[in-house]
Amino acid sequence: MITKKDVQYIAHLSRIHLTDEETEKLTTTLEDILGYIEKLNTLDVSTVKPTSHVLPLQNVFRRDLPRPSLSQADAIKSAPESHKGSFKVPQVIE
Amino acid sequence: MKLNELTAHEILKGMSEKCINPADVYRSVREAIKTHDPKIHAYVHHEDDGIAFDEKKFGRFPIPIAIKDNICIKNYPTTCASHILQGFRPPYDATVIKKLREAGLIFLGHANMDEFAFGSSTESSYFGVTRNPWKLDCVPGGSSGGSAAAVAANEAIWALGSDTGGSIRQPASFCGVVGLKPTYGRVSRYGLIAFASSLDQIGPITKDIEDNALLLNLIAGHDEMDSTSADIPVPDFTHALTKDVKDLKIAIPKEYFVEGIDEEVKTSIFDAIELLKAKGAQFKEISMPHTAYAVATYYILATAEASSNLARFDGVQYGLRAQPSQQRRTPIIDLYEETRHQGFGAEAKRRIMLGTYSLSSGYYDAYYLKAQKVRTLIKQDFDEAFKSFDAIITPTAPTTAFKLGEKTSDPLSMYLSDIYTISVNLAGVPAISLPCGFAKNGLPIGLQIIGKPFDEEMLFRIGHAYEQATEWHKKRVSL
Amino acid sequence: MKNYETVIGLEVHLQLNTQTKIFCGCSTQFGREPNSQTCPVCLGLPGSLPVLNEQVLLSGMTIGLALNCTINSLVKFDRKNYYYPDLPKAYQISQYDFPIAKEGFLKVETGGQVKKMGIIRAHMEEDAGKLIHSPETKSSLVDYNRTGVPLVEIVSAPDMRSAQEAYDYLTTLKLLLSYLDVSDCDMEKGSLRCDANVSIREQGVQVLGTKTELKNLNSFRAVKNAIDFEVQRQIQTLEAGERIIQETRLWNEEKQITVSMRSKEEAHDYRYFPEPDLVPFMIETSMAEKARQALPELPTEKLTRFINDYKLSLYDAGVLVQDKNLAFFFEACVKAWNNPKKITNWIISILKQELNARRLTIAQTKLSITHFTELIQKVENGTLNNLTGKEVLTHMLDTGKDSATLIQEKGLTQVSDDASLNTIIDQVLAENADIVHAIKSGKENAIGFLVGQCMKKTQGKANPKKIGELIKGRIHNVSSS
Repeated sequence: MITKKDVQYIAHLSRIHLTDEETEKLTTTLEDILGYIEKLNTLDVSTVKPTSHVLPLQNVFRRDLPRPSLSQADAIKSAPESHKGSFKVPQVIE
Repeated sequence: MKLNELTAHEILKGMSEKCINPADVYRSVREAIKTHDPKIHAYVHHEDDGIAFDEKKFGRFPIPIAIKDNICIKNYPTTCASHILQGFRPPYDATVIKKLREAGLIFLGHANMDEFAFGSSTESSYFGVTRNPWKLDCVPGGSSGGSAAAVAANEAIWALGSDTGGSIRQPASFCGVVGLKPTYGRVSRYGLIAFASSLDQIGPITKDIEDNALLLNLIAGHDEMDSTSADIPVPDFTHALTKDVKDLKIAIPKEYFVEGIDEEVKTSIFDAIELLKAKGAQFKEISMPHTAYAVATYYILATAEASSNLARFDGVQYGLRAQPSQQRRTPIIDLYEETRHQGFGAEAKRRIMLGTYSLSSGYYDAYYLKAQKVRTLIKQDFDEAFKSFDAIITPTAPTTAFKLGEKTSDPLSMYLSDIYTISVNLAGVPAISLPCGFAKNGLPIGLQIIGKPFDEEMLFRIGHAYEQATEWHKKRVSL
Repeated sequence: MKNYETVIGLEVHLQLNTQTKIFCGCSTQFGREPNSQTCPVCLGLPGSLPVLNEQVLLSGMTIGLALNCTINSLVKFDRKNYYYPDLPKAYQISQYDFPIAKEGFLKVETGGQVKKMGIIRAHMEEDAGKLIHSPETKSSLVDYNRTGVPLVEIVSAPDMRSAQEAYDYLTTLKLLLSYLDVSDCDMEKGSLRCDANVSIREQGVQVLGTKTELKNLNSFRAVKNAIDFEVQRQIQTLEAGERIIQETRLWNEEKQITVSMRSKEEAHDYRYFPEPDLVPFMIETSMAEKARQALPELPTEKLTRFINDYKLSLYDAGVLVQDKNLAFFFEACVKAWNNPKKITNWIISILKQELNARRLTIAQTKLSITHFTELIQKVENGTLNNLTGKEVLTHMLDTGKDSATLIQEKGLTQVSDDASLNTIIDQVLAENADIVHAIKSGKENAIGFLVGQCMKKTQGKANPKKIGELIKGRIHNVSSS
């Protein structure tokens, strides 16, 4: 059972502002989808190992050798706001 | 036949015989875009700016190609068909783009898609829907709907798509073209804007099998920039086109032919099976008992990964930035929340929320961990089948292309349209969709062939043998 | 007031001294132009993917082994999801349930005894960028150069019972790390950072009290002072009948108090899950064993060896080992000139002070091993007196020149020809007739005073031993005539 409060909490965790209408709608659709997902509970997986990677790859490294970086100009080229080579954001108060 | 309706192997042959000039092919494709794209809307960015090429300096493969809008092209708008990436021009090329540049391909632009590849109809694009070239009131499938429609509408000779749960195969099926999802790790993901990292693969969309093998030749291979790319040799896939399927053992999983499947689709698949039987292939029905759990498993794992992958779109470094008119929390949190409120469409929000929920404190074991375990079972179904069989044949989708708007209000029914393609991504195996007929409504039907890990050659071999005896892949749309 | 026990656990973040970042080839150099050491990977640009720097895993293993940890045979990375402008992907690639090392300990000498402090784990992760508050633009500015610099986080068990113990743990840990050569361990540059978890409980109670996490601790001294303050604050809170709130508190160095960091009171729900973009790492026993063999000599081992091999006192050996560079310098000197006792004396009583006065480590000076040992030998064989020797050493530290050159340049050659010395001695004897008299009547010790007077007149350039002999001869001659 997913409540409106759950949806608000998840929205904030996801850093998405929702209108009241969106919150209402999402509460219903998420409830529906989670209801469908319930079908996994009919399986006994207590002895099954989880799969994170489908390929049996392991120990993939790179050597500690420098590669060229982007120029400062390229790094901040797409920035919505910048100041003297840095990305600018509203003041973060601590 | 018009130049833009040719396959790449026909163009390359014509070039070697000096009867085709690639510049003419390019112009004919551009002309088609100009004429038909206002109707089809396969492209979201197709201006020359940043991708112009030199007509005098053709490379080995001067084939005009459409690129899905989630594959980074250096200094070219790359937006995942989302508002949140407006104005983003990546400062680098995806590895596949680098490879295609070296081979001399000609980039036509970025093709439309469901926003962040979240969808099966290309209707969730911020830039508006793409129409199915065979029937304009129908969807092209998705999420690589723009890529598939561009090839089908002869607005591109080739296209690249990406496939997380069927996003290449299902639109290929709906648009009557050939689409391959390679084995996970076969093609580098570097530069593919991630949806679900453990499922995503880039793959070729073409008009026939031979072209598909040619394009896979160009994009496959190990990449040191992608830890999940497999360091194994890449064969010349065109060598697999032997026309011989004698004594191949092919499985038909019964779970793919139960409720929900369109009778016409079913008939077409069994016709194809009969045809391959006649050529000497051996078929047997098998059971893949965990098939029914694939969609649920997928929607937990894929959305969880997506919720994290899409967290970076927060208005700080690039793309959209928005601030509410009145302060709600702190200025920086407001910036995040308003940017993401305005920047994401409804389906993106839904998936981010679902993924965040299943990873959140107290729910991880019940959802995410459980889904990872079911993923193991689904993969075991395939391992088991491939102990005795060379390939598996199924329909690509339960139906032909559905009507625009038909499923947009019911997310769950939309999710279920990927029911035949999703298991393949969970198991990491390769699969191809190729045309195997047309329904009475004039829409194409797709046949899916699934292979062992890194055995794309088998898919090409069977698909090519099938093409030899049929004409479906030669049908061109008239617009 | 009740009797309280303090419980402290420390989290140390160590920046590794690799050439490149943990997941990309960007340089880790400190102090460059903002955002000039970035690439699509460390900027977290859409489509980019991480690939692990092999050296980070090796350094992580080295640290784990030196802390007596078990090296996990399966090592994997996880995503820790949270939003902050210095975190470009809005998740940090870290390690959750399979860190590189777990369950070790560090022996710490504290309060006159050796205490074993538990190490819960050591894990690898990427550093975040830097957020600079800019009053000028009324905004915050983000520099991602530091993003992706490799970190190893060392988490101690809550085994410390006082601020002093925490301080001693940190000192011991830093010394150990300096021997491993995996980091420059410089707190000022931020390459070593420390957070402290502090709680109190009534004596005899087993259950841990509610802890607070102290941040912004910019020196070991700050760690100690912050803990001391926080313990008192917690005691006062409990004594006033209030409850301790679990929270993060910032140390205010100026006011010497801890302050609640309210903006971070957001519920933490990091949604850890396995990083799908990195594959797991299997560490075979043979690989860990090889790393163990490759461990350098650690401080405690070196201490024992110095005492045994060079017959140094515990104190002297201790002073040398406390400074890795000095310890290595010492051994190199002994190789050049086998006289450990004299070398130790010179290092501890003279060289170390000179270094301290200059705020330099030995590696930062121009002093060569050969020059240093030659100098000691010159003093030993009387070519130079102690005072001049010291003076030569100071010039050596500054210039890197050898003693012969410096003696020449500075006019420090000893006045040793008898004629010149005798002239000076004549003067001194004449000026101090009463002392000469006293010596004649048996007060032999007073010769020292006369030697001193002669040294003064030569500005220390004479060989005092020789002057002593000459004076003795002269007085005897006088008395016998």
